[in-house]
Amino acid sequence: MSEHLPILMVLVPLLSAPLVVFIKHRKASRVIATLACALSACAAWTLALQMSSAVSYPLGGWRPAIGIELRVDFAGAYVAAIVSTIATFAISLGTRGTREDVVGREMFFYAAFLMCVAGLMGMVVTGDAFNVFVFLEISSLSTYTLVAMGKERRALTAALNYLFLGTLGGTFVLIGIGLMYQMTGTLNAAAVSARIREVEHLRTTHVAFAFLAVGLGIKLAVFPLHQWLPGAYSQAPHAVSSFLAGTATKVMYFQLIRVVVSFFGVAYVFDTLHFGDFLLPLSLVAMFAGSLSAIFQPSLRRLLAYSSIGQVGYLTLALSLGTEAGLNAGLLHLGAHAVTKTALFLIAAAFIAQVGDDRLDRLSGLGKRYPLLSLGFVLGGLSLIGVPGTVGFVSKWALLEAVLAGGRPWLAFLILASSMLAVVYVFRVVEVLYFRAPLANAPPLARERADWGSWVPAGLLVLVSVGLGVWSELPSEYVATAAQSLFGGAR
Amino acid sequence: MTLPNVWNYWAVVVLMMVGLYIVIAKPNYVKKLMGLSLFQVSVIMLYVSMGRVTGGTAPIYILDDGAPRPFVLYTNPVPHVLMLTAIVVGIATTAVGLALVVRIREAYGSSEEDVVAELDRREVEAANALAAQRAAESDASSATAAHAGASHEEHA
Repeated sequence: MSEHLPILMVLVPLLSAPLVVFIKHRKASRVIATLACALSACAAWTLALQMSSAVSYPLGGWRPAIGIELRVDFAGAYVAAIVSTIATFAISLGTRGTREDVVGREMFFYAAFLMCVAGLMGMVVTGDAFNVFVFLEISSLSTYTLVAMGKERRALTAALNYLFLGTLGGTFVLIGIGLMYQMTGTLNAAAVSARIREVEHLRTTHVAFAFLAVGLGIKLAVFPLHQWLPGAYSQAPHAVSSFLAGTATKVMYFQLIRVVVSFFGVAYVFDTLHFGDFLLPLSLVAMFAGSLSAIFQPSLRRLLAYSSIGQVGYLTLALSLGTEAGLNAGLLHLGAHAVTKTALFLIAAAFIAQVGDDRLDRLSGLGKRYPLLSLGFVLGGLSLIGVPGTVGFVSKWALLEAVLAGGRPWLAFLILASSMLAVVYVFRVVEVLYFRAPLANAPPLARERADWGSWVPAGLLVLVSVGLGVWSELPSEYVATAAQSLFGGAR
Repeated sequence: MTLPNVWNYWAVVVLMMVGLYIVIAKPNYVKKLMGLSLFQVSVIMLYVSMGRVTGGTAPIYILDDGAPRPFVLYTNPVPHVLMLTAIVVGIATTAVGLALVVRIREAYGSSEEDVVAELDRREVEAANALAAQRAAESDASSATAAHAGASHEEHA
């Protein structure tokens, strides 16, 4: 049984999706979806905690490079565990308020959600380049439909814009994989990296990497390619934006790492192509532009979405260093930001369900009325800034260490400066919640009391982010092993 | 590498750029989706071209008197097989896109990007204006309330 874990964590959500549609029961569909995500999470955690080296799973018994190989290393198991856990949190509970945008369409909603989870998990576990494309499109197509299920009509245009950009990105990835296959004659990660040495001076190889990097860059929302993200995150149903904010860009980031490290090799990407010099300025612009835009957003979810663009800047900055310490910081920040941002989106969902509107000024003075939700938002916001005692600090500290080890203190200064911008946008929400008088003429609240279902998942995630900040050696040690095994002393 | 030998790669580039241009330049959502399909189809041609072997046949061992031929020069079938999946993906994308266009047409009464964007912009402006008005009214009423000696808590 345990040797089938890599395929199980993809198959369980994938096969539950049609089940949900066939059963056609609104309440049962949510239970099945939650169970499927939880099972997938159990599989991922079991694998992550018991594995001693990278696990290879030959699909259908065909040996790797002839057949399709699933390959889970420490980093893969870590990302898979995060994705499936966050999926479970995002859909398990929630109130009538947060779920009412999908009333009457539950079966299709949960089916699309499960497909999305299956696609993202598949991307993480596969060791085959073409499988990456297939799973990428499975997750993307289901994401478009999920975003379109948002309450307002603007969700439709957001979804269609995402479809245009996402398909361009996906097709770029497909072209990159094709050119890579043309040069190496194989789609298997290990075989590609063994053969790419012989062809790495050829221009087709350069172009293959460029297409893969730009295609994944669109899906990852690297700075100039981020236009789809704010619309999609702020218009999607709440469960979806909480889930996507924590996972979609993270999986793409992990995939970019895999392309750099496992397929093309660090030496080629950073020494021959100078990818780091290209990625670094974009990351810096993202850090500042994303956070600056977040400061001026009138709605809570758009603020969080723009903050995500800034946070993606830290992720790509960590990768652009091209060192093991950088990779370590990137993987840590991936997990830290996934937990924090999902918690914040869930809290935002709970607030919006209460006031019936996502404009920030509607939250005026609600800090006293909803003390737990507001406290959760403050703690999550502190983790977003990177205050000591939260998991955000652990990852930002690792990033600072990596930058200083590379001998670039001005980068460390820029990281701190952009964190100050995060202080501004987080404090903007805190100011509205705690220091403003309630609106005298506010329309009545949609609901009087917050259901426990709306704050329990968010509260647990906030506790996790604070707990991992206090016991910081738990994530640090695992991720250090992951970065080391992924990097393998490449440089 | 004369032009007649590699014309298919040129065709790939031309198709791809025509598709990309339509996606970027045309304001109509349906036309954009057609451009997107063209863009995706060009990749199919790229893959099929790279699998081609000059003088190669289908990858089937021809049986002479029941014995398999020892050597057959055949075209690489893997890219063709991969493209079956890419075709499915392309159809699914177009289907989802067209479904969204239908929904947009129902919701906005138009499938032109600029019209829809203008409607969206107005909606956002109206919401902003409403919020500003609400804030102003709130300030005014709390000012009068403060004047009358009432505390904010009573308003909550």
